[in-house]
Amino acid sequence: MLKQNQESCSLPPRMDRKEYRLLIEHRGAGGLGCEILKNLALSGFKDIHVIDMDTIDVSNLNRQFLFRASDVGNSKAEIAARFVEKRVKGVSITPHNCKIQDKDDVFYMQFSIVICGLDSIEARRWINSALVNLFDPEDEDSLKPLIDGGTEGFKGQARVVFPTLTSCLECQLDMHAPRTAVPLCTLATIPRQPEHCIEWAHIIAWENDKPFPALDNDDPEHITWLFQKALARAKEFNISGVTYSLTQGVVKNIIPAIASTNAIIAASCCNEAFKIATQSNPCLGFEENYMMYSGNDSIYTYTFKHEKKDDCPVCGNLARELAVDPNITLEEFIASLAERAEAQLKKPSITAEKTLYMQAPPQLEKLSRPNLVKKMGELVGNGDEIGVTDPSLGAVDFKYKMKFSRDFASTA
Amino acid sequence: MLNIWTMKRKQQQDDNAAAASGTKKKKVTAAQLRVQKDLSELSLPGTMETTFKDPDDLLNFELKIEPDEGMYKGGRFHFTFEISSEFPHQAPKVLCKEKIYHPNIDLQGKVCLNILREDWKPVLNLQAVIVGLQFLFLEPNASDPLNKEAAEDLRQNREGFKRNVRQAMGGGSIKAEHFDKVLITRV
Repeated sequence: MLKQNQESCSLPPRMDRKEYRLLIEHRGAGGLGCEILKNLALSGFKDIHVIDMDTIDVSNLNRQFLFRASDVGNSKAEIAARFVEKRVKGVSITPHNCKIQDKDDVFYMQFSIVICGLDSIEARRWINSALVNLFDPEDEDSLKPLIDGGTEGFKGQARVVFPTLTSCLECQLDMHAPRTAVPLCTLATIPRQPEHCIEWAHIIAWENDKPFPALDNDDPEHITWLFQKALARAKEFNISGVTYSLTQGVVKNIIPAIASTNAIIAASCCNEAFKIATQSNPCLGFEENYMMYSGNDSIYTYTFKHEKKDDCPVCGNLARELAVDPNITLEEFIASLAERAEAQLKKPSITAEKTLYMQAPPQLEKLSRPNLVKKMGELVGNGDEIGVTDPSLGAVDFKYKMKFSRDFASTA
Repeated sequence: MLNIWTMKRKQQQDDNAAAASGTKKKKVTAAQLRVQKDLSELSLPGTMETTFKDPDDLLNFELKIEPDEGMYKGGRFHFTFEISSEFPHQAPKVLCKEKIYHPNIDLQGKVCLNILREDWKPVLNLQAVIVGLQFLFLEPNASDPLNKEAAEDLRQNREGFKRNVRQAMGGGSIKAEHFDKVLITRV
């Protein structure tokens, strides 16, 4: 996060004088992170943290301009932090050379804004759900705006999420074009494209031959094996275009990164951070929250409002607190659920970290039945979540956070 | 006055944060909740049964199918279901444990069922997948093959294919390929 330097940028006074601390999360070879870090530092933010678990690879140097050939092999977060601190006076940048998943709620709580330049949907979903769960309606400071940038070739997007208030990344999951899955049967019988031959080598030939114990995408020997298998298959079906680098690309799912697209998207993300921090202009988020950019056919951009989904598994279904006496049995607890007005469950199934009671299928019902006579305090901990489903609820499920109404008398 | 309140709040927050970091509260994941829902709503005919090795792990289980009609009648087939934390955005991984002679199931047990790959959608549930598997035994599909020889056999000579299916189910070999015995032996 950044701390604003008001003298040098003559910003309008902010309503809130709290220092802005910004967190940049970066992952992947694309290089949004370098752009975002440079832009934030030059916009006057003073307190920035960067998370990146990667080390610098020689192939990053063409567009990740904070790194030099002598930095190859070092931590991206550390080198970038040192470079920008040296170049921009008065900015403090704290590097974290780890995975975003290694940090806990206390860590995320210290920031005012989180900006992501991540390369995977998995990582985005993780940070999104972490920030949604961090939100506590009693505490204004727990609301962390999330700015997400992403690029793929000439295309990109910038979006802003105010956790629990506006549509979250999980609500927007359908905006990601699914990876085109080729039917297994096409791979197995009639490949038409060089990619089909490579996928065949990757999925089918590898499994059959098992040339090495486990496939390592970074081992040239393994990729060469796949390449040769794919090449032979391509020859058989008269398909041209299977190359070593295409094999590597398909197997590792490499998406080309274009430096200028990164610059456009990073700039847009940083402008939103600036507007959120200074309140100088309306930001992306409450009305329109999603800006897409495509340079594939000339230039096209479109900004729109992606609606929040009520049934979103992350932000639409937050665990409600439920007072429960830990000394009652699971069976009594289930009976009490049936009486609750909002639930009115007839045949609820319940799981926590473990399976508490499943009404079906029969084998699970039998295995979980002994739990019915156990005390709630034996089965769950104070503060744990439980998931409740019931066929009578249709698409709705409940999550409750257990709050023990009195102490659990374990020996009773 | 205001200042005190702000400080108080800050302090509470620190306390809460400390408490939260001390014991990590266990959360229910979206995949878990959805699998729980799908399983509790399964309605299986007598020809199918699920088995959970570990009742606390709903994401991995086995399905037994014993078709009571069609060419595969009398056989007993086991499929493993492996559900990732990305479910329902990612289809479950399903494998047939036995080596069987079937145009849509290859010799490693991989299954060619459209809803397990290109046609999977998060609105589909485990019931749909299980019904799909059952259907593969009633109506093997030669136009969408994973085991090419079996498909060719089915297309060219349905009766011959039927005989080969019986032979393979009995633990015999077809074109030098040995198959697992899946016929139920009544005691």
